[in-house]
Amino acid sequence: MMLTREAAGSLAARLLSGLGLTAQVTALASLGLPRIFLERECRRTWARQLYVVGIGTLAVATVVALFTGMILGLQLGIAFRQFSQELMVAYTLAFAMLREMGPFMTGIILAACVGSSMAAQLGTMTVNEEIAALEMMSVSPVRFLVVPRLWAMAMMAPLLSFYTCVVAFFGGALVGYTQLNIPFLQFMGQIVEAAEVKDLWVGLLKAFVFGILVSGISCTVGFCTTQGAAGVGASTRRAVIYSFLAILIGGYFITRFCYVL
Amino acid sequence: MSSNAEPAVAFEQVCKRFGSRRVLDGQTFAVQRGERFVIIGPSGTGKSVSLKLASGQLSPTSGTVRLLGQDLCALSATALAALRRRVGYLFQSGALLGWKTLAENVALPLRSHGHLPEREIAERVQAALAEVGLADAGELYPAEVSGGMVKRAAFARAIIEEPEVLFFDEPTSGLDPVMSRTIDALITQVNQTHGAACVVVTHDLAGALRYADRIGFLKAGRFLTVAPPSEILNSPVPEVQAFLAAQALEP
Repeated sequence: MMLTREAAGSLAARLLSGLGLTAQVTALASLGLPRIFLERECRRTWARQLYVVGIGTLAVATVVALFTGMILGLQLGIAFRQFSQELMVAYTLAFAMLREMGPFMTGIILAACVGSSMAAQLGTMTVNEEIAALEMMSVSPVRFLVVPRLWAMAMMAPLLSFYTCVVAFFGGALVGYTQLNIPFLQFMGQIVEAAEVKDLWVGLLKAFVFGILVSGISCTVGFCTTQGAAGVGASTRRAVIYSFLAILIGGYFITRFCYVL
Repeated sequence: MSSNAEPAVAFEQVCKRFGSRRVLDGQTFAVQRGERFVIIGPSGTGKSVSLKLASGQLSPTSGTVRLLGQDLCALSATALAALRRRVGYLFQSGALLGWKTLAENVALPLRSHGHLPEREIAERVQAALAEVGLADAGELYPAEVSGGMVKRAAFARAIIEEPEVLFFDEPTSGLDPVMSRTIDALITQVNQTHGAACVVVTHDLAGALRYADRIGFLKAGRFLTVAPPSEILNSPVPEVQAFLAAQALEP
């Protein structure tokens, strides 16, 4: 009993310490936005990261969004056909994608594709003493490495989320046209009609927050890497798991904050 | 406040533990400004830990570490960063950034702190690279060059801001004897040219005997002896004799 209590206490202490460190790194990097405009080195890394986050994930985002839109279109179509309400597919798709699925899928894609590579890169740098070398040169690793990554992801995530929604609508419309006999333009028209500006803004806000969470968590986990190659692997896995959890928990609270029952 | 009369590095009764394992046990020593001090000893006796404590990468469990007259434990993060600008550190692996060329790596401290114009940075980088014999290799990436070249580029990065203290962690490990001699010569050269105190951790006793002003033999977290090379060669301490014999360095 005593041992269980001690283990729970130690786990809680580690969790709190990890959360504290992540909050500290994320807050420091968030405040570093002006450096992108003031420092050439930071700006160059930021531009490279914009490409990695934006262009690098475009193919995956396209496939995921297209098939998510098609699957949702199909499932909703099957359900709504029973009530002869096929056009509700477009309404529901617009609602689901803009409010939840778009930013959620973007967050998951960014965590899996970019966050994991950030954790692996910074983890490798940590075990190779490159982070220690930066500190010995009085170069802040947060300023030098996290600021450009965090702001690249925070800026790209809303754009990617919007793109994901549009591609998913296209996928839904494709299913609507081929299997529900809804003309393409009519389907898209229904989506535009159903979409509310507030839903769009909340979705973009969510994607922005997810971008900050994923990059902040991934970089912090990378910095905490120990024990060589095995440690890098463990950090990569941890970064993805923690990011997924943060996206789910963060998503709930943003929804709770923005929409009153 | 620090003054030039104070040692470059001073340990006073420094203990360092990792969990229940005691690595340093009441270590006391000082490295004077402009001195070449070599820490030598078997693996796992606290040599690299001493270097990390001296440079503020680790904090002592007890005792005081002073760098250029300042108590490292009493410094804020900002003050420590400012102090580190007066210090150079050569890591065992070189620790160059893989996505930057050798010249960009060497320029990094100047670009990050500085307000120097790009032309002056380029001139200083070229001079530092030339000093370590890499004048024509600046545009290559770390993955494209040998381990010795990586070490020399890291050396150039460590001296680019003309530090007052230089720390070297196993500067010749993994290098062939010719390259080891080159690195040893560079340590002497940079000490004489810039007047920087050099604290070197190494297993290479033959090299240390060539360039050290004093050598400290570390075992089980304490110096068994600290003496000039000539005295080390005739040391009566059995562990030192065993080390000399193992490297075939008879008195």
